[in-house]
Order: sequence, then structure tokens, then C-alpha cells
Amino acid sequence: MSLALQTFSSVKDANTALQAPGTRYLGGGTLVVRAANEGDVSTSSLVRVTDSGFSQIAVAGGKVRLGASVTMAAIASHPELAALTPAARAIGGPAIRNMATVGGNLFAPAPYGDFAVALLALDATVVTEDGETPIEAFLAGRDTSRAIVTAVGFALPKTESFRFLKVSRVKPKGVSVLSIAALLQLAADGTVVSARIALGCMADRPIRAAAAEKALLGCKLTPREIAPALAAAGEGIAPITDPIASAWYRAEVLPVHLGRLLSN
Amino acid sequence: MAKVPVQFTLNGSENAEFIESGTTLLNALRDKIGDTSPKGGCHQGTCGACSVIIDGELKLSCLTLAETCNGADIKTTAGLAEGGVLHPLQRAFLDAFATQCGFCTPGMIMAAKVLLDRTPNPSREDVVDALSGNICRCTGYEPIIQAVLVAARANSRTAA
Ligand SMILES: Cc1cc2nc3c(=O)[nH]c(=O)nc-3n(C[C@H](O)[C@H](O)[C@H](O)COP(=O)(O)OP(=O)(O)OC[C@H]3O[C@@H](n4cnc5c(N)ncnc54)[C@H](O)[C@@H]3O)c2cc1C
Ligand code: FES
Ligand code: FES
Repeated sequence: MSLALQTFSSVKDANTALQAPGTRYLGGGTLVVRAANEGDVSTSSLVRVTDSGFSQIAVAGGKVRLGASVTMAAIASHPELAALTPAARAIGGPAIRNMATVGGNLFAPAPYGDFAVALLALDATVVTEDGETPIEAFLAGRDTSRAIVTAVGFALPKTESFRFLKVSRVKPKGVSVLSIAALLQLAADGTVVSARIALGCMADRPIRAAAAEKALLGCKLTPREIAPALAAAGEGIAPITDPIASAWYRAEVLPVHLGRLLSN
Repeated sequence: MAKVPVQFTLNGSENAEFIESGTTLLNALRDKIGDTSPKGGCHQGTCGACSVIIDGELKLSCLTLAETCNGADIKTTAGLAEGGVLHPLQRAFLDAFATQCGFCTPGMIMAAKVLLDRTPNPSREDVVDALSGNICRCTGYEPIIQAVLVAARANSRTAA
């Protein structure tokens, strides 16, 4: 392996260094160092930032800001982020969770990216030096994005309004067959007032289940009333095929698991 | 390629080395420093054989660049025995036949050590969760789980 690592204290300098060909940002390294170990020579140089803000979690006034280097373990053990614990704990085993960062998860190709699925349902914003981008637009353009992500921000959901589910074959730490996150706002009588649903493994990156979201509005979360939303869940999906599951299987089981998540 | 200095504490002693930039901690420990207790199984993050404890946290040395460990406190299984007396976890692994070929053992013991440091009386479920990133091809896991539970009981007896 021949990789050179450059360490910067400022994001600006690191962003400049990142413009060189063959250069990538180093987060926790669980994907980028793994690729180098596997013989991927497309990366010859890695850049990292030691700014302490990158590892900070700030929760204030109902808003959360996670620095890009915040790890899954730090989220899972944070007392004010209980709503996100299931999503953070769903990633890898204990050592992976101590290394895997929020920033890296935004770039992780399916079947990875389970935390990004949660962030998509939460309508997070992704922060770079150039400003803030809604996560949906960020994910769509991530292949050509060259700027270092410094943080993500979102409104802290109430534990009862945010639901997350990851389906895997090996427990407790297998790779996703699929993952689903849903942010639901219910009226006093239990009718859905707003719904934002994100899916993992249903494309090469997290996507929204827009048709299902629409079909849920005005419904109560009973098996009969959610049926149209489940029928619509597959609209616009292009699931991945990998050793864990075929695209066909993923598409078949999506409505089943979405139904379980919604009626829980 | 340019060499870079790295300095960290390994099992209580200071280490300073010049390494090639981009060297993984696993390779630095094994090939430069001569601590062969962390094993290179997959170099992909999937087997856990290379697990070490960095500043109190379980990490995979195969996916960690050595340069990022400047100033860190690193612990490996090689540093567990004191004055020729095995650590309670090592003793329990031997007694419970939880080590067969032994390739997974140093990683398993590191994962178990961080668990017991934080949760001295773990449930079986806690143990399974703590070891979930570590693969063993020999034992079928049950003896390993038992060994960790036995070591935890031995610890709490000494503490009492
Ligand atoms: C054994 C194993 C199991 C895993 N299990 C799961 C799982 O269950 N679920 C899951 O979602 N993932 C899983 N992963 C994948 C991975 O660990 C996570 O997706 C993790 O969050 C990636 O983060 P990282 O910091 O390690 O990324 P890195 O490897 O450091 O980086 C990944 C990519 O993102 C870019 N990048 C990272 N940070 C930034 C930033 N701040 N700004 C700009 N670009 C950046 C890098 O340049 C690189 O291209 C697993 C990996 C392994 C090895
Ligand atoms: S060698 Fe590091 S996890 Fe397998
Ligand atoms: S004892 Fe052989 S791999 Fe675990």
C-alpha cells in the first residue's frame, strides 16, 4: 500500500489539498483504508482535519449539530440523542462504531449508509465551507462533491415520532438487507399529518419513498389504512443486488418491513 | 516514500518510530515494533483479529493509520500478563478451551477487556454484543462467551 496522509488544522487548507488528483478525505477510515488494503490504487493521498469542532455534538433549542468526525458510538451513548440510538447502534460491531463517522456514512455506498438513511428522513442539512445543502440534494450530487463536510444539522425528533429499522441476516451486526427510517407527525386522533420516509439499499444511496409518504397522509396507522402506502413503497426503487440479497428479494420484502415499522 | 515520525504509548512504554506515511497501525505494531499479538486476518474490518484498545476504545488496527495515533495510549493483548501471571481473561480463555488455533484470541480478549472495564458484571447478551465484531472459526463461540462470563465473576470475587 502506498498512501500518504496529510494532516491539517484548518478546513480551508485541507480543502485546497483535496483538489489534487488521487486525493480523498480520511474520516474514520473504515471504507477508505479498507479499499486501500484491498488494492484500490485510485487513492494515493489522504487528507484529514484535526479541528476539534469536527468531533463535537451540540444539542440546543431542539436543534442538533453533529461534527463530521462524530462516531456512531458517540451518538449511541449520548443521553440527549436517544431517538438516534437505534440507527447509530445498527452500524457494524463495537470497533466499527468507534471508528465510523457521520461524514463517512454520507458517502457510504449501499448496502452501507444506514445512518444517512436516518439523516435523510430527518431532513438534515449538510454543512461544508460553501454553506448548507439539504441532504437530499447532497446525496444526489455526492459523487462529484469535492468539499469536506464539516457537520450535519437537523431538528431533534421526539423519540415517538422517529422510527428506524434495519433488517440483516446476521445479528447483532450484519450488513443491511434494507433499512428504513420514518419521521411521522400524528394528530391527537392518530392520523398522519406529515410523513418523511427514507430507504436504504433501494438504490445505490439512500432515497425517499415519496409515493408512500403521500399515501400515508390522513391515514391512521392501522393495517387497513396503511395498505395503499405499502403498495406504493416500491415506486421508483432500484434495489441493489449483492451477496446479502437480490434486488428482487429486497423489493419483495420492503412492504412487509415498512408495514412492521409503521404499525409498531 | 517519505518517512514520518510516530510516537505513542504501547502497553505502558513509550515508542517512537519512523514509518512510511500511510502505514496501518497493524503493520506498524507487527513489522516495526514487533508486537505480533494483533493478527491480520482480513485487513477489511470484518474479522476483528487485529482489535486493539486506543485511548480506552476498541479499534481495528488494520483500518487505522499509525500516524493518526500520535500521542495515543495503545493496549494490546501482549501487555496483559503481569510479571508472568496471566490476566484473568487469558486464564479463563485457557481454562474454558476458548482458544483453539488461537488466531482470533487476542482480538476477542481486547473486545472482552473493554467490555469488562466498563461493565464488570455483564449479561450474556452484553458479551455477545461486545464480541459481535470478532469472528472465530474454531470454537463455535460458546466457550468464548463462557470464558468472558467466568473472568467477570473472577474479577468481581477479587473486588469483593
Ligand atoms: C466490517 C464493516 C461493517 C460495516 N457495517 C456497516 C453498517 O452496518 N452500516 C453502515 O452504514 N456502514 C457500515 N460499514 C461502512 C462504514 O463503516 C460506515 O459507513 C462509516 O460510517 C463510514 O465512515 P468512515 O468515517 O469510516 O469513512 P471513511 O472510510 O473515512 O470515508 C468514506 C468516504 O467518505 C469520504 N469522507 C469521509 N468523511 C468525509 C468528510 N467529512 N467530508 C468529505 N468526505 C468525507 C471519504 O473521502 C471516503 O470517500 C461497515 C464497514 C465495515 C468495514
Ligand atoms: S484484520 Fe482487521 S478486522 Fe480483520
Ligand atoms: S480459536 Fe481459531 S479462530 Fe478462534
